[in-house]
Amino acid sequence: MNTIRALSGVVIKELYRRKDFYVLFILTALITLVAGMHRFFNDPNIVRYIKDLCMLLVWVSALVIAIATTARQIPVERENRTIFPLLAKPVTRWQMVLGKFMGSWLATGVALLVFYIFFGIATGSREEASKWPVYFQAFWLQWVMLSVVIAITLLGSVVFSAPSANVTICFIVIAGILFFGGHLNVIALRNAEPVQSVIYTIYYLIPHLEWFDLRDRLVHGWGGVSWLDCGLATLYAMAYAWLFLLLTWLVFRRKSL
Amino acid sequence: MKASPYWILALLIAVCFTLAVTLGLRFGDPAEHPQSNNAFKLLFGEGQKLFANQFYVMADVYFHSGYYPSVFDKQEGQSDVLGAVHGKSDNDEDTTNVDFFGAPTDWINRFGSHFRVNQHTHLDQGAEAQEILPWLKLAADTNPQMIQTYTVAAYWLRKSVRNPKEAEAFLREGLRNNPGNCEILLELGRLYNEDYHDVVRARNVWTVALQRWQAQNDDAKKDNKWLCDEISVNLAYLEESAGNWQQAIRYLEIAKPVSPTPDAIQKQIDEAKRKVTSDK
Repeated sequence: MNTIRALSGVVIKELYRRKDFYVLFILTALITLVAGMHRFFNDPNIVRYIKDLCMLLVWVSALVIAIATTARQIPVERENRTIFPLLAKPVTRWQMVLGKFMGSWLATGVALLVFYIFFGIATGSREEASKWPVYFQAFWLQWVMLSVVIAITLLGSVVFSAPSANVTICFIVIAGILFFGGHLNVIALRNAEPVQSVIYTIYYLIPHLEWFDLRDRLVHGWGGVSWLDCGLATLYAMAYAWLFLLLTWLVFRRKSL
Repeated sequence: MKASPYWILALLIAVCFTLAVTLGLRFGDPAEHPQSNNAFKLLFGEGQKLFANQFYVMADVYFHSGYYPSVFDKQEGQSDVLGAVHGKSDNDEDTTNVDFFGAPTDWINRFGSHFRVNQHTHLDQGAEAQEILPWLKLAADTNPQMIQTYTVAAYWLRKSVRNPKEAEAFLREGLRNNPGNCEILLELGRLYNEDYHDVVRARNVWTVALQRWQAQNDDAKKDNKWLCDEISVNLAYLEESAGNWQQAIRYLEIAKPVSPTPDAIQKQIDEAKRKVTSDK
C-alpha cells in the first residue's frame, strides 16, 4: 500500500508542476467570466448559458487533464529509463499499474475539485442550498467516470508505441462513447444482420460513460438523481476501471522493457 | 544573453495592447463595418451561417429545459418554441405529453434514463423563458436572414420577459437586415397592438405587411399562406373593434381562401354582414 501511495504521490506532484492544469483553468475562468459579462437584451437574470458553457469547459478540461496526464506515465518512465530502478526496488508491475492509476485519478480529482469550486462560486452563489447535492453528485459521477477514462488510457499506454497515438485514440474512443454510446441500440435496429449483432455486442460491451453526465440536470435546475442510482453507477464504473487495469497489467506483465 | 521573464512579459503585454488597438480601429466601429461587428463573422466569414441553425436548436433545447431528442430519437414536426409564436399554446395542443425517447428497450437504456432529464416541460410554464434568448440572439447574429429568430425572440420578450422595448429594437434590427419582411412586420404589428395599444401604428404596419405578401410571386405565396391568413384576420379584428364592418369583411374575404378553416372565416363574414345590415 505504501508503494502505491508513493507512486501516486509522484504523479500528483507532477500535475502541479506542469502547466496543463493552470492553462486550462485560466482559460475556463476567462471564457466564463467574459461570457458572464455579456448582457443579452439588458436582462441580468439570464444565467443558464453561462452555466452550460462553464460545465462544457470543465468537462473538456477534465478529459484533457486525465488523458494527457495518464498517457505519458509509463512511456516516460521507460524513455527516461527510471522504470528499471523503480522495478528493482522491488515494485511489482501490478503495484506500478495501480500506483500510476491512483496517482492520475487523484490528481485529476484535485483538478476537477478546483474547477467545480470555481463553477460553484461563479454560478452557484445564486442557487438555493437545496441544489448543492446535485453539484456534489455531478462532481462525484464525473470523477468516477474519469476513473474508467484513466484506466482505458493506461491500457493504451502499454499497447500503443507513442503517447501521442494513445492520446489521439483515447480521445476518439471516449468522445465516441459519450456521443454515440447510448444510441448504439437504436443504430443497431436500423441495420440488417450481421451488422446489427455486431453493433449490439459493442453496445453491451462498452462502458456507458454518458450516464455520468449530469450537466443538463445541473444547468436546467433539475434535482439530482437518487443516491441508490449514484451508488450503482459508481460500482459500474469501478468494475470497468478494474477490468481495464487488469487488462493493462496482463499486457504490461509480458512486455519487454 | 538570457532574457528576463519580466522583459518577455512586458513585451507580450505590449504586443497584446498593439494588437487590441489595431483590431479595435479596424473592426471596432460597427457603423463603418456593419458586416464585421461580431466575433463569429470575423472568425468564420460566411461560414458562420452554419452555426445559426444549431443556435436556434439550442433555444428549443433550453425551452424544454434539456429534455430534447437527439438525431437518433423521435423528432418534433415543428419546434415548440416557434409553435407558441404561431399561436399553438399548451392549451390548444399539449405537446408536453410527447415522449421523445420512447419506452426503454434494455437495462442499459432503462438505467441510463435515470440520469438524463426525463420530463417534457416547457419554460413558459415557469416564466423562465428569458433563458432561450441568448441563443436566439446568437442565431440572428450568425445568420441575419433567419427570420424566425427575430419573431420568436420578440414574442418571448413581449410575453414572458415583458420587455416590449427590447422586442421592438430586435424586430427593427430584423427589418434592417430583411427590409419589408412580412413575418417581422406581422410581429411588429402585434407588438404595437397588444403591448403599446397603438392601433393606428399596428394597422399601418399590418397593411404594409399585407401589401408585401400580395406583391410576392405565386410560389412564395403558396409557401406562407398562413402569414396572409394571420395578417388579414388581425386587420379584420382591428376594423371590427373600430366598427368598420365593410373593411373587416374585405379582410376576412382575403383570409378565407388561404385559411386552414375557411368555414369558420365564412361564419365570421356572415356575422359581420348581419352587423352591417342591422346598423343600417
